[in-house]
This record gives sequence, structure tokens and C-alpha cells, in this order.
Amino acid sequence: MSEPVLRLNAIEKSFGALKVTDNLSLDVREGETHAIIGPNGAGKTTLIDQIAGALVPDAGRIHFAGRDVTELPMPVRARLGLARTFQITHVLPRFTALENVALAVQARSGSSFRFWRSAAAEEALNRVGMEALGTLGVAAQAAMHAGALSHGEKRRLEIAIALAQAPKLLLLDEPMAGAGADETRGLVHTLKGLRRRYTIVLVEHDMQAVFALADRVSVLVEGRIIATGTPEAVRKDAAVRAAYLGDAA
Amino acid sequence: MFEPARIASAAAAHLEALSFEERFAAGLLVLMALLPVAALALGGGYLLLIGERAMIFAIAAVSLELLIGVAGLISFGHAAFLGIGAYAAGILASHGHGTLSLALPAAIVTSALFALLTGSIAVRTRGVYFIMITLAFGQMAFFVATSLAPYGGDDGLTWPTRTLILGTRVLKRETVFYYVALACLGAVYLLAGRLVGSRFGRVLRGITDNERRMEANGFAPYGYRLTAYVMAGATCGLAGFLLGNQVEFVSPAYMHWQRSGELILMVLLGGSGTLYGPMLGALAYQLLEEGLARLTEHWKVILGPLLVLLVLFGRGGIAGAIERWRRGELTVEGLWAAVTASLRGAGASMVRRWQRAEVAARGALALAMPRCKAGWATIAAGSRRCKAALSEARVSLALLVDRSVTGALTRWRRR
Amino acid sequence: MSTSLLVVQLFNGLQLGVLLFLVAAGLTLVFGVMDFINLAHGVQYMLGAYLAVAFYRLTGSFFAAAALALPASLLFGLAMELMVFRHLYARDHLEQVLATFGVILFLNEGVKIVWGAAPLNMGMPELLSGSVPLMDGLRYPVYRFAIIGAGLAVAGGLYLFVNHTRVGMWVRAGAANAPMISALGVDIKRLFTVVFGFGAMLAGFAGVMVAPILSVEPGMGDQVLILAFVVIVIGGIGSIRGAFLAALLVGVIDTLGRSFMTDALRLVLPPSPARAIGPALASMGIYLLMAAILALRPVGLFPTKGRA
Repeated sequence: MSEPVLRLNAIEKSFGALKVTDNLSLDVREGETHAIIGPNGAGKTTLIDQIAGALVPDAGRIHFAGRDVTELPMPVRARLGLARTFQITHVLPRFTALENVALAVQARSGSSFRFWRSAAAEEALNRVGMEALGTLGVAAQAAMHAGALSHGEKRRLEIAIALAQAPKLLLLDEPMAGAGADETRGLVHTLKGLRRRYTIVLVEHDMQAVFALADRVSVLVEGRIIATGTPEAVRKDAAVRAAYLGDAA
Repeated sequence: MFEPARIASAAAAHLEALSFEERFAAGLLVLMALLPVAALALGGGYLLLIGERAMIFAIAAVSLELLIGVAGLISFGHAAFLGIGAYAAGILASHGHGTLSLALPAAIVTSALFALLTGSIAVRTRGVYFIMITLAFGQMAFFVATSLAPYGGDDGLTWPTRTLILGTRVLKRETVFYYVALACLGAVYLLAGRLVGSRFGRVLRGITDNERRMEANGFAPYGYRLTAYVMAGATCGLAGFLLGNQVEFVSPAYMHWQRSGELILMVLLGGSGTLYGPMLGALAYQLLEEGLARLTEHWKVILGPLLVLLVLFGRGGIAGAIERWRRGELTVEGLWAAVTASLRGAGASMVRRWQRAEVAARGALALAMPRCKAGWATIAAGSRRCKAALSEARVSLALLVDRSVTGALTRWRRR
Repeated sequence: MSTSLLVVQLFNGLQLGVLLFLVAAGLTLVFGVMDFINLAHGVQYMLGAYLAVAFYRLTGSFFAAAALALPASLLFGLAMELMVFRHLYARDHLEQVLATFGVILFLNEGVKIVWGAAPLNMGMPELLSGSVPLMDGLRYPVYRFAIIGAGLAVAGGLYLFVNHTRVGMWVRAGAANAPMISALGVDIKRLFTVVFGFGAMLAGFAGVMVAPILSVEPGMGDQVLILAFVVIVIGGIGSIRGAFLAALLVGVIDTLGRSFMTDALRLVLPPSPARAIGPALASMGIYLLMAAILALRPVGLFPTKGRA
């Protein structure tokens, strides 16, 4: 079996007296879509922040793409191929959608300490950007300011930005949050199209989406992973039912 | 080959390709280029001096806009670079080395160094902290300059002459100096414009728009911000070099924090968010200063409230107003409606407050009244009891007196 | 470098520190609770001094002047809050900076118009004039002791107020998260006014106290303002405890630096360069201190907010 794209080894994180991540270990294999589920307050966002580099764990190591990235800051991990979306959508509101993705491409296309040539005229960046927009179905909004987009469009734009980074790992933090039924269906359809091409870690509450997309599911409760396995196996797991899913699932 | 028609149409096509902002700025520059002609006609060399000052401060304002509008860094110590540039060139001049090949690079490099040193610490901070730390660093430069005893200290340093170009005093001729300043302004505007649209400029603007997003994209903000800070500082050093040359004098006052405040004012007055705005703001401020100073020596007492009004009501400065006018959002009727509406609103809120105060007072009175009455009743009852007690006492006293007198009389009669 | 000079300068540093604290406390609270950059805080201090002088000329007594000047400067601060500052709380920092800068210009010039540009003087109260012996051959003015004492008393009172009263609790909560306490039902407008008024009064009090010993002139608040900024940056915005410690630190280091820098340099340098660099280095001293602290902790020593 090949080296996992992401390996978390005994990660610990406390805020004061509150232990949010407790001896957590996790593997994400290449090409898989790995969902992380768990009740509110289980520590999902803290875990995502530690994987992405926004927080540094108190103990444990994080290996990504064969490197120990535990001490590396977020921009460095991003350049190594770790792309993320945020629970509250973060785009550049005063830039157009195209500029948003073009900037993500720019980050991995050579130095940005260039002071003369117009960046907006760089065809290569724009081309890759438009492809990413197209994949997410927001190519029509390319010339609109990101701040003027609807919530759903912003969400798709953010995923397009992540794709434009040509990521080795796609970290999606609750992409369905706040999405209506139609939007959720559309997003699930789009994500299904991305499944084999990218390694995806998906944090989600929406169980239907999880079961439709995930190859494996890890259940996070009170900072620890209590089960990892296929969606079916997890659904039937007694501990998971007791802690999270309930017996109706 | 030099058919005027072809040149004209090529120029027209090129002009059309420029955006409104660029055309406006080009227009401003052309206007400034024609100013000496007007000055000649009106016979006023003074006009030239005002124009020079406006252009020099326009350079400084554009460099500050790079920080405020593009990098999102509000520097309250930018005037320090004016002083550093002027002092570097001035000190060299006082030692007899005031040549262009030495003084100009010295001004720019010293400013860049100061920006690098102070920026490396300041740029680590955010928001309010950044404002205050730049303010403090500016004051630090000010104090260092005041203690430069061999170079005049508090009184400042008088230059022996303007910077020599190739050994000649060609800069002494005012028109030459004027066009040199104009050329510098044009160059700065051009470079700044390219910078904003470049990869670097785009990253800077992105970091200002949403830092988290840019970090997640792979951009580490510190390096970009620091570079912007150094570039802005060096450019302002150029402005300082020109400023010192213009008056052939430099003093610590160039770096005073009020100067930094004035620079911020120029940027906001003209309108942050464009490059022509700060240029316009510098020009407008010069005119404002000249005009107000003619009214009264205490012109700052008028400028102060003007600033407050500008902030409260003048969103986007002059450039913002121009934009709104272009979009058709700014009309005389609209302005009048806004003024009357706000007056009405102020009047209405005053009426509301008065009514509320009245209600509150009445309520308090209503609450207090029964208590007052009760208190008065108590007092009245008390005074009645006092009176009763007093009259009782009087009666008892009278009886007592009577008895004792009668008793005494009886005892006296029995004797 | 004699011990007696050291002791005197230590006390002078303490006095400066206490005054800085009075100005910085209001500044840091207003920043912390209302996220409002008030550059005009320095003129509040200046106004306190000018009002003290004005009332002294009327009444002839320091204590009467102080008793009148304090409420007067509070009223003035509240008036400015009502007319100008209140409308700026929702604006971004840049606009706040510019608007309060305008207020400074207006008041600095206004004071010049009313009282003239020449520095004014005020007599010291009989009760507090004179000096006390500290050690053999060393006397220190009673008035300066009074300043230190009054300042420490106010600091103590402020500590009690902020930590042991309900309003103080709201202030502390507001400094950590103002929208939250508004959501919890606290009348945020009134709280802001209280905080602002308090700060104005503290600054005015500092101004009243220095009026007898410093020359009262336009612009006297500006340098104090910058020092106060340095203090709250070092101490951490929103923290009174931080402001107190940082104020004492800044006061002592600045005073000692100015007195002894040249001598200290003479230990390692020949006299002439020492004399040239000494004063410059001394005046830079606290800024270097601030830079050093910010290099290690970009949010100051005791930041109140979770955001970095």
C-alpha cells in the first residue's frame, strides 16, 4: 500500500483546561474521499485547523505528502499541495471570481515578487482559473465581484479556488452548511465528479452527503476518533450509534 | 513618417485604451506641465512654488496610498521618510558632496533602510498596534533629528545650495526644478500604477481583502507587506529629497507626527482606492492651506472641524465624489435632499430627545410626588404633634408654675 | 553618578509613570471597549491643565481650581463624545484617526486663541509646597510626592472599580467582547459614555495635577499622547493592569535614560561621541523598548482580546 497522503500521529491540543484533541491518529489514503463526522463540539474545526496549519498541536506529528509539516505555517503547507475551504466561506470579495482563482494558480506558478507586468493579462493563469470555475459550474460568474455572488456561488467559488491550487489534498470544511436541498444535491453531484481525481477530506454534518461521497468515514467524539471504516460499517457500529447517530440511522 | 494625423490618431487610440483614472491622472499631469506658462503670464513665481510643493507632496501621498490603499497598512509615521530623505541629501550637501549621483541614492537608500528596520517589527503587528508603532517610530526619528547638534538640531539645517547635477547648479533655475519634480511625479505614478496591477500588487490587495484566504492559497503576508513598506518609504524619501531641495532647508519638523497626519489627510481628502485621488488630495490640501492661511493665522481652527466633517460626510474623498458623479448618483437635487433630510433627522432626533426627557421628568415627578406628599404629610403630622406637645407642655408648665406659686404662697401665708 | 541623583530620578520616573498611567488608562479602555482610536485624548489632558489655570485665576486657590476643573473637563469630554466621537465608533480606524486628528488641530489652535500661545503658569498650593528630606542632604518636593500618591490612589480606586463593581465587570467584559455584552442586555451606549467619561476625567485629572509644575502651553498633550500610546502598546490594549505596569516601566526608563545615558555611554566611549549620541539615544530609549517588546510579543504584555 502506498504512503498515505496525510498521516496524523497522536495529535493533542488543549485550550486551557479543555482538551479538544485527544491522542488522535488518522490516515488518509491517496485518491480516497475520507469523511470526518461527529457531534458539535467534538473538535472538528480544531482538527481541520491543525491539519491546515492554522493551529499548532501541543503534541504529535502531522505528515503530509511524505513530509513532517507539524511546525510549518499555513502558506507553506498550501504550497506543498494542501488546499482547504472554510466553514464560513472565505473569498476575496473585492476581486472578480476569475481573479480569485487566478491568484490561487499564481501562488504555485513562480515568484509573485514581480512588479511590472500586468497579472490580469497572464493568459496561463486565467486559463487554469477558468477551468476550475467551469468544473464547479461558476464559469458564468467569472467577471462578477466575489462579494456580489450568492451564498451558494461563493461556496462553489471557494472550492474552485482550492482546485486551482492543484492540490494533493482537498480539505473541505462543511461545504453543505447552510445549503438548501437543491444546492446540496448539486454540490454532491459536483463532488462526486471530483472523487477519483483528488484526495478529499470532508468534514460534514449532512449524513446523506457523507454516505453518498465517502469511501471511508472517521467518527470524532470529544477529541478522539472512535471508529474508522466504510460508511456501512460505521453506520452499524454500536459505539457510533450510541455517541452520535442514534439507533434510527 | 511624422504625419501629425497618424500620430494624433495613434495617441487617441492609446488614450481610449486607458481607464478613466489613468486619463484623469494624465490630465492632471498635463495641467501641471502647463502651470509654468500660466505663472509666466500672471507674473507670479509664487505659483510655481505652490505647484512644486503640491507635486512633491503628491509623490509622498501616492507612496502612502501604496500602504493605506493597497497594502492595508495605516502608517502614522510616514513623514519620517520625508525628513530622512531631506536630511540625507542635506547632510551630504553641507559636507560638499551634494551631487546628484550621491545625494539622490543616499536619500532613497537611507529611507529604504529605515523602512526595513522599523518595518520588520511594525509589519508583524496588526491594525491599531501598527498605527501606534509607526507613530512612535516617526517620533523616534524626529527626536534623533532634534539631537543632531552638528546639523542644526532643533533649528534645522540650511543647505548651501541645491543638489548639483554634473557639477552645475542647473536645478537652481526654478522652471528646471519644477519640471524635474514633475518628471519624478510622472515616473512615480507610472511605476505605482504598474505595481498595483502586477503580481505583487495583486497579492498585496488580496492580503488586504482577506488575509486568511491568501494564506490558505499559499501566500505568507509578512514578506509582501514588508516589501511594500520599504518601497513606500524609499519613494517618500525621494519626495523628501525634492522637498529639501525646494526650500534648501531641512528641519526635524519635516518628521513631526502632525506632518504624518497631514499626509493621511491628503490621501483621504483625495480619496483612497485610486492613485489619482491622493495626487488630487495633495493639490487640494496645498490650495486649502494657502487659502485658509490668508483668512486667518489661526487657520487650523477651521481645518480641524473641516476634517471631522470630511470624515463624517465625505466618503471616499474627492475621487469618491467624482466616481459617484460619473455613475449619476451625485446631483444637486440629491445633495439638497440629503442636506435637508439630515437636518430634518437631526431636528427630529432633538425633538424626540426633548420629548423623552419630558416624559422621563414627568415620570420622575409622578413618582416623586406621592413620596413628597407623604413626606409632607409626615412633616405636617409631626409638626402638629409638636404643637400639641408644646401646648401640652405649656399647660403642664402653667399648671406647674401655678401649683408651685400657689404652694409657695400658701407656705408663705402659713408662716 | 551619585546615589542621591539616582534616587531623585527614580522618584521622578515614578511620577512620570503615574501621570502616564492616568492618561493611558482612559486611552486603553476606550480602545479596548469601543475599538475607538482617540488621538484627541492628549488634548483632554491639556484641557485639564488649562481649566485648572483658568479657575485658579478666578479663585486664587489650587484646591478650588482643581475641584472645578475636574467636572469641567469631564463635561467637555462628554460634550465632544456627544458631538463627534459617538458617530465614529462604527467607522474604521483610518477615519477615526483622521477625525480625532482634526479635533486635536481644532483644540490646540482654539486654546491658542483663547489663552494665547505663551506658556502659562500656576501657583502651587501652600499645603503641598516645600520639600521633605529623603536621605541625608537630599530633599524632594512634597508636591511631586503628592502626585505619586494621588496617582497610586486613583490606580487603586480604578482597580477596585474595575474588579469589584458591577459596572467594572461590564467594562472588563466589554473590553473582551463588546457585542456580546450588548446581546446580553447591557445598555452599550451608556456603558460607552461611562467609559469615555471616566477616561476623560482621568486625563483631565493628570492635567490638573501637572499644571503647577509644568508650563501649560498649546500642544502639551501631544507628546504625552504618544508616550501613552507606547504605554498601551507595551501593556496590551484594553488591559489596565498592563497599562499600569507599562506606564511605570516607561516612566522610569525614560527618566533614568535621559539622566544617565550619556554617563553610561562614557563608560564605553570617549566623551565627545558619548555626548553627541547620548541625548539622541536617550530620547529613542522607550521606542527601542517598545520595538523590542513588540518583536517578541506583537500584542503587548497583557492583551485582553483573544484575537491576535
